Amino acid sequence: MSTKPKHPELSERFNADEPRVDWHDATLWWIRQKRDKAAHTLYEDWESLRNTASAIKDNVLGNLADYLESFERQATTNGAIVHWAADAAEHNQIVLSLLQQAGAKRMVKSKSMLTEECHLNEYLTENGIEVVDTDLGERIVQLADEPPSHIVMPCIHWKKEEIGELFHQHLGTPKGNADPQLLTEAARQHLRDKFLSRRVALTGVNFAVAETGEFVVCTNEGNADMGVHLADVHIACMGIEKIIPRREHLGVFLRLLARSATGQPITTYSSHFKSPRKGAQLHIVLVDNGRSQQLGREAFRNSLKCIRCGACMNTCPVYRRSGGHSYHNAVAGPIGAILAPNLDMSKNADLPFASTLCGSCSNVCPVKINIHEQLYEWRQELTRQGKVDFGKKMGLKMMSTVLSSPMVYRSMGKMGRWTMRVMPGMVSNSFNPWFKQREMPAAPKESFRDWYLKNRS
Amino acid sequence: MSVRDQILAKVRANQPVDERPLPDLTSFPVRTSEVLDQFMTVLSTIGGKPVRVADYAEIAAYLHEHPYPGRIISSIPALQHLAEPIPENADPHELENVELAIITGTFGVAENSAIWVTEANYQQRVVPFICQHLAIVLPMDALVANMHQAYERLQGQEYGFGVFIAGPSKTADIEQSLVLGAHGARTMTVFLLEHV
Repeated sequence: MSTKPKHPELSERFNADEPRVDWHDATLWWIRQKRDKAAHTLYEDWESLRNTASAIKDNVLGNLADYLESFERQATTNGAIVHWAADAAEHNQIVLSLLQQAGAKRMVKSKSMLTEECHLNEYLTENGIEVVDTDLGERIVQLADEPPSHIVMPCIHWKKEEIGELFHQHLGTPKGNADPQLLTEAARQHLRDKFLSRRVALTGVNFAVAETGEFVVCTNEGNADMGVHLADVHIACMGIEKIIPRREHLGVFLRLLARSATGQPITTYSSHFKSPRKGAQLHIVLVDNGRSQQLGREAFRNSLKCIRCGACMNTCPVYRRSGGHSYHNAVAGPIGAILAPNLDMSKNADLPFASTLCGSCSNVCPVKINIHEQLYEWRQELTRQGKVDFGKKMGLKMMSTVLSSPMVYRSMGKMGRWTMRVMPGMVSNSFNPWFKQREMPAAPKESFRDWYLKNRS
Repeated sequence: MSVRDQILAKVRANQPVDERPLPDLTSFPVRTSEVLDQFMTVLSTIGGKPVRVADYAEIAAYLHEHPYPGRIISSIPALQHLAEPIPENADPHELENVELAIITGTFGVAENSAIWVTEANYQQRVVPFICQHLAIVLPMDALVANMHQAYERLQGQEYGFGVFIAGPSKTADIEQSLVLGAHGARTMTVFLLEHV
């Protein structure tokens, strides 16, 4: 087992600053409410859109190989060059070799969770390439030398005063100024210079259309387009599950994506890239990195339907109070917790337990992934595979003994109530994880069962 | 076996075999007949500026009243007395100092006020992004209700690059405070044109 800190420990660190946790929680809940409002404007169509999106993705998962071949054929006809990468290492090597071919030492990059998953930035930096993330939130975390904590809002855990200080150090903004307008303007000027001087631009892909070989990139800032249309080489990196069958299906997904993510009716830019600009190159890198394996796990394959809107994070009571970094994975939150164990069971065995299984994630998911059920399935699978630590395993075994025998349950209940009344120090101490951040409830003299037996007549 | 063939073989071996037909998309009816009103309302909500005009002369008059100091480019022949044409084969970096770009939109979508434009509308892909301010001229009758109708219109259409643009460039990455003008256009004016 890896000795890197796990979700409980990382959450504890995040929870050291209570007002900050409250602020983080409230901010994300506000975004969840914006999502609700946007969904309600389409109340007549919303559920049917979710069902349709989910059914389209079902069809994709059942025919993925054919769709990938069709996409490759069409994209090639359109003038793009298609590359295939089995894993993160191959993906990173392909990107590096494209940069070397172009004779470029510097690159601008717009948001791509896939490249986070592959740790592309670290790899390129080690190989002497300077990468500038151009999404404002991503630039902020990049300057701070941190990974994003949210797939849609990478620096949701940062306060504006801290960003003001960061920009003062790196971009020379006035000390003590935390005005979002001023800070955004400073980033605009700083990054405009990068857009105008870089010859290679990398983007992610939101949707790739098998029928036409085109792909769509959604941004609000316009950073993907500023990078690509000013560069000689466009590299687009996508997981193989981003395929959708036909162009008309974009209508369904674009109605759902921004409404679910931020409550906007659509992102400012939905850019459809079909062929390269005259005189420029377009490279598309198709990446597997565990996806074909997840496709074969029947209980978990639906996780590949994800369109990366982040709604499950915004609604999750655990994510909101533990922060994105507590998931130690490129994709945090409930969806990250069902994707991560596929990549590395030992390293990510803690994540499916970072949930209350309340089901809110499944209820907001625009493609109806049964996220909370998969979290529960993963717990069982990880236990079967021996990836769950001894303490948790024994605890659950004991629970199972107590809960499966009414007699044991009753006598344990009695003992528990007595202990809590007579020797509260036995449970209200730092050895009891239930005592952290909360008071133990007052124990009643009798159980409900005893009370009921006495009073039922 | 190449990496490509290995990946495809693995996908083929692991993908589910049960019948999973594509759903019908005709179950999303048009919910409004007031597409112009809805388009204008949504555009204002997302930070854009709708301006109803009768003809190109009214656009010229509007720009006279609301002048943009600096370089103005346009792909529209009727506005050539106000703007230089968009240089077709120039290096896109030369557009760095454009203050205002005025281009034609193909059609707009009422539910989200997104406007479809392709490079055929404005020659250089970077134009609507690199300009400080963007104006799109959209025929008033070129509006559809929702994204399903939008893609019906795009069925079989050929383009190298096309984009739905909905309002000015924006970000809320700093503490969820909305700021207009992230990397693309700081403002977006839409001239809804009565007589083309």
